Amino acid sequence: MSDFRQAEAVTETETVAPPVTEEVEEEVQKPIEGPPPGATTSLWSDAWKELRTSPLFLVSLGLVVLFIVMAIAPQLFTSTDPRACSLSNSLERPSSEHWFGFDLQGCDYYARSIYGARISMAIGVTVIGFAAILAVILGSISGYYGGWLDSVIARLTDIWFAIPTILGGIVILSLLGERGFFQVSFVLVILGWPTMLRLYRSSVLSVKEMDYVEAARALGASDFRILLKHILPNAITPVIIYAAISIGVIIAAEAALSFLGVGLQLPAISWGLMISGAQTRILQAPHLLLFPGLFLSLAVFGFILMGDALRDALDPKGR
Amino acid sequence: MGRYLIRRVLQFVPVFLGATFLIFSLVFLIPGDPIRALSGDRPMPASVQQALEARYNLDKPFWQQYYLYVAGVVQGDFGEDFRGREVTDIMRERIPVTFKLAIYAFTFEVAIGIAAGIMAGLRKGGFIDNLVRISTLIVISIPIFVLGFMAQLLIGVRWGWLPVSGLGDGFKSYILPAIVLGSTSLAYIARLTRTSLAENMRADYVRTATAKGLKRSRVVGVHALRNSMIPVITFLGVDLGGLMGGAIITEGIFNLPGLGNAVFRAVVQQEGTVVVGIVTFLVLIFLLSNLVVDVLYAVLDPRIRYE
Repeated sequence: MSDFRQAEAVTETETVAPPVTEEVEEEVQKPIEGPPPGATTSLWSDAWKELRTSPLFLVSLGLVVLFIVMAIAPQLFTSTDPRACSLSNSLERPSSEHWFGFDLQGCDYYARSIYGARISMAIGVTVIGFAAILAVILGSISGYYGGWLDSVIARLTDIWFAIPTILGGIVILSLLGERGFFQVSFVLVILGWPTMLRLYRSSVLSVKEMDYVEAARALGASDFRILLKHILPNAITPVIIYAAISIGVIIAAEAALSFLGVGLQLPAISWGLMISGAQTRILQAPHLLLFPGLFLSLAVFGFILMGDALRDALDPKGR
Repeated sequence: MGRYLIRRVLQFVPVFLGATFLIFSLVFLIPGDPIRALSGDRPMPASVQQALEARYNLDKPFWQQYYLYVAGVVQGDFGEDFRGREVTDIMRERIPVTFKLAIYAFTFEVAIGIAAGIMAGLRKGGFIDNLVRISTLIVISIPIFVLGFMAQLLIGVRWGWLPVSGLGDGFKSYILPAIVLGSTSLAYIARLTRTSLAENMRADYVRTATAKGLKRSRVVGVHALRNSMIPVITFLGVDLGGLMGGAIITEGIFNLPGLGNAVFRAVVQQEGTVVVGIVTFLVLIFLLSNLVVDVLYAVLDPRIRYE
């Protein structure tokens, strides 16, 4: 279980501590009773029991569900069309009819804030989904087989890791003429995968020494089967915890890039773009900054809090 | 220790070369012809264009351009921009601003972050602990540009406590940007210190130290804290480099003429050599601070050395 120590360092810092895998491997060699699927379920069912009563987790769950529903069905929250704008309403302050006021183009700001959830959530989930798949495939190869492939992958991750996300994002995105959902997601995946890969690799390293993996191999299971059925369910937990937090981080990164003008482009409706448009009118119309900033922060908060609660529940050492 | 050091330094070289190659190839794939763009609408005489291309090595094959560039960087020559200005001159002008900003932010986050982490970690589950946990989560959740604008609007403009733009007021101009820049890392440091200290307080050696009758301040300050600092220091290494890179947004909001500001403008103006130069410099700082931390790490935790 002590692979959680690394998960913890990572989730706390979004970076990976220097390798301490060797001691981890030793500590992990405690016998685990029952078949691996059973062990996994019991860890998760224990965790679920604890999570159900944790107020922090329930708050985070509420926020995450709220923003997911907002992304899928914004019509539930507003019947106003975010693209139906009238210049005569330009920069109007919030009122009882229009709670969030209007932006420069005279669009209803509440409707725009609601519709802004869609692209943020889509990018967050897509990026983390692809990064996780990449991390599991490469991490399995790297951690399970080791050898020169492991060294090559490790050096490649080191190189990518050396480039700060925002800086790399600016350089790459500024090269692309058209920047939409696809381009921004792509860039965030290629800048975001190294951390997850390192995390999964070290997890695989400790799990592959387990007796049940040895047993499966003795029974003649193929490498693919061992990796998929025995290692994956037992090694994926730190990645799941990190993924919950990362969705929040990715949403913030997308907003930052859009804010800097190298992310999404108008007429896309995105919180980052809305804040970017607010920056020159921050004094005369502070509501332009406040509402998208609030939505963005709440969405990020929901995912980070959820990751935090998951870690507490899944990490037996914390009890 | 010697072998460990040598191995770390040897690992550093290919990573540095790989990262610079990556940046170099990305930037010089920028579509468009920067030389032709210099003359605007009027066509440029072919001889002038050829001379300029030769001057910036643009007529040579790509790998040779990269080789010449790295050879220059190793000798401290980062090339010149398309107006004939040395990139090192630009950097020399900008580095002090970013460096000061990063150092102030760093000091702020380390001092407050570690103090908050210790207070929380010593009484896990107590009032201060919960306060630190929730407030750090909130700080982490607010994106830095939202935080920056809020601070600028409230502290700077509404209440008028601190300057909000430019460098006109010397040290005072740096206070607000440094706080904004350091706030996210502060939250991470506080959380790391907290978890790590709370874990170590349950360790056998701490119980032994208490049982020997040592004063609590000594048990915490010397025994527990020293071991708890290991993950924090690892984070600080990554963070110092990250601060220099993260300064792009902060410098933009507070209008500070630093490296981040320069690199952003260079990207927009297609000044390839300036972009590559500054990004290379930032990556170098990042890798060097990681190297220093890895060495420190081995000093603090002897197990690492015998890997």
